[in-house]
Amino acid sequence: MTDTTSGLTTSDGRPLKAALLAAQSKARRRAFLLVAPLLLFVILTFILPIAYMLQRSFENDGFSDSAPQLAAWFAEHPDGSEITEGAYAALVADLATMQANKTPGQAGTRINYTVPGTISLFKAAARKAEDLTPPYKEALIALDADWAAPKLWAAMRSASTSYSADFYRVAIDQKRGEAGDWARGAERERIYIYLFVKTFILSAIITLSCLLLAFPIAHLLATLPMAKSSLLMILVLLPFWTSLLVRTTSWIVLLQQQGVVNNILVALGLIGDDGRLVMINNQTGTIVAMTHVLLPFMVLPLYSVMKTIPPSYARAARSLGATSWTTFRRVYLPQTLPGIAAGSLLVFILAVGYYITPALVGGADGQLISNMISFHMNKSNWSLAAALAAILLVAILILYWLYDRLVGIDRLKFG
Amino acid sequence: MKKLLVLSTALTAVAFSAGADVTVMSWGGDYTKSQVEAYHKPFTAATGTAVISVDSDNPAPAVKAMVEAGNVTIDVADVEYADAIRLCDDGMLEEIDPAVLPAAPDGTPATDDFLPGALTDCAVTTIVFSTIFAYDTTKFPEGPTTIADFFDLEKFPGKRAMRKGAKANMEMALMADGVPAAEVYAMLETPEGQDRAFAMLDKIKKDTIWWEAGAQPPQLLADGEVAMTTAYNGRIFAAAVGEGKPFGTVWDGQVYEYDLLVIPKGAPNPEGALEFIKFATSTQPLADQAKWISYGPARMSSGPLVGLYQDGKTEMAPFMPTAEANLTNALASSYEFWVDRDAELNERFNAWLVAN
Repeated sequence: MTDTTSGLTTSDGRPLKAALLAAQSKARRRAFLLVAPLLLFVILTFILPIAYMLQRSFENDGFSDSAPQLAAWFAEHPDGSEITEGAYAALVADLATMQANKTPGQAGTRINYTVPGTISLFKAAARKAEDLTPPYKEALIALDADWAAPKLWAAMRSASTSYSADFYRVAIDQKRGEAGDWARGAERERIYIYLFVKTFILSAIITLSCLLLAFPIAHLLATLPMAKSSLLMILVLLPFWTSLLVRTTSWIVLLQQQGVVNNILVALGLIGDDGRLVMINNQTGTIVAMTHVLLPFMVLPLYSVMKTIPPSYARAARSLGATSWTTFRRVYLPQTLPGIAAGSLLVFILAVGYYITPALVGGADGQLISNMISFHMNKSNWSLAAALAAILLVAILILYWLYDRLVGIDRLKFG
Repeated sequence: MKKLLVLSTALTAVAFSAGADVTVMSWGGDYTKSQVEAYHKPFTAATGTAVISVDSDNPAPAVKAMVEAGNVTIDVADVEYADAIRLCDDGMLEEIDPAVLPAAPDGTPATDDFLPGALTDCAVTTIVFSTIFAYDTTKFPEGPTTIADFFDLEKFPGKRAMRKGAKANMEMALMADGVPAAEVYAMLETPEGQDRAFAMLDKIKKDTIWWEAGAQPPQLLADGEVAMTTAYNGRIFAAAVGEGKPFGTVWDGQVYEYDLLVIPKGAPNPEGALEFIKFATSTQPLADQAKWISYGPARMSSGPLVGLYQDGKTEMAPFMPTAEANLTNALASSYEFWVDRDAELNERFNAWLVAN
């Protein structure tokens, strides 16, 4: 059989196999060219920024760039060696170069991320570096006793290469102790792990409330006659098309203490004027507003799945004697699972990264980890922001993997 | 070839004239309005260069982002003192030689005319603004009078609002706890001092709403959401005098600081930007700005020229942060302190905020 195949030729005498291969590769090339713009787009707008962010979370050359001599000293002397006059001499030489290049602020900023109070230390020393005379160790320490601090030297060592895991340490609430080693920060300074956990819990609550609200709506949409369901669909989509900021601010108007809801409750005599409910600028505000904002992302996948479930199944179950609850639980609900899975995943992942709504209505206790990321972006500590974002990304990937193992990604159905 | 040359020259000329506008990024609201009236319009009238105004909650991070990305779209930015120093240290700003700034009308050179510390390597101060606290006069007709009253929920019940951040809040908390203004920063350097400030903030934490944009506090007061709020003095003035809102300002414990104009490195029109800054920080425009908002001019020669508010009847002088009567218990914000402690204290502040 193989012999005959390989012996076959096309009309112009080429082996059939080669001709087929040539024709196929042409088609493949064409297919590739068709998707090339999309591929390029995805690489440019998605892969590269994420790669850059991951790199940024490790890389910060603010100090290493301007302190080459000290970096060389650190390279020669392994961790744990005594800080000698040679190190101080290298530092003073670098400080003088910094002053000439106007970079002491930059170098100090990098060290300041792990040891507070060092920007002005660097600036003051750099200003006087030219006039210092050996022994440099005594000279520097006479300038400011902080130059002898072990944690400062530990911080400079770790910042003397452009790549370090410092920002990940900070992102999991670690601080440099007086001796320079990393340790868990004081309780009043711990924030990120707490916020990560809180972000996931709040996102789960929001996903659940979205599901509870969206399920009946989607069912109604899928079963009502066309004319009525289109009208309902518009009601679902209208907020979806409205600006996020408008929707969030309308919740402020509704829920604030002098707002519509409180005014109605007071007018009805349900609560006293001094007992107005606090529903915004706290966690409740975040949950309510985000549930509303994300609701369409739950309704739409659910609807598209429910639409495909033939009503005859439920009727068959009922005619076979199942109660309405059993019919729902054993027949209807299992068939909607792909929609529930898709909607929940969509809402949860969107909620985990949400930033603007909690910033506006979250007050103090309704903040999510994304608010901290934006905070550090604004405070120009991009490396820490990147480290926090990278941790968030990894956490979501792990959840996605778990989800795949439990539910099965191939069972998802978005529409 | 010649044709091509002519064509490309013509195109370049067009590109230049299109890029000759000056784009200024500032803080929005009444503050930007005061700049438009006092700087932008007269500058355009005098030079024919159009000025485009862009709003931001804080222009400093935007400047950093633009310079790092190598895509600077603004020529001038209005930033706070500590940010001006930091950005300058990071090499993100053009240097501005104070010698090019115009002298005062009486011939005093700019370096002597500006308030002390108002000229830095990369920035020129325009105004002195202050963080004060304001209250709703319908709720407290007698009114709180000292910074301690802000933290006293028993004597003055009702919600509070403060800026979401450590700066100014820490200082006010210590002053309310009885620390003299002169000792505030020395105390904040120490962990005990920081604890003391946070202990003070703890007293009102449960009843406090945290604002981020300068336009929020007058809104919160007007809505009746809060009874008292910290705010930038000019915003409260604009709402109280300009719009007749029932707001009172308490100057006791005010924290005042400078606001400065800077030119980001790589600005599309640096020459125009420098011309704009020279114009905007000259004596008359600085004095004119006070007509629109109650921020003090940074030039001493502007002081006597400050006249009436735009309504034509309100004398501005008593509403300035630098007025004699307002300085009895006032603190000049220390940029040196905040350049160093900003990251540390804000981290602790954030942790404090989310902890229950």
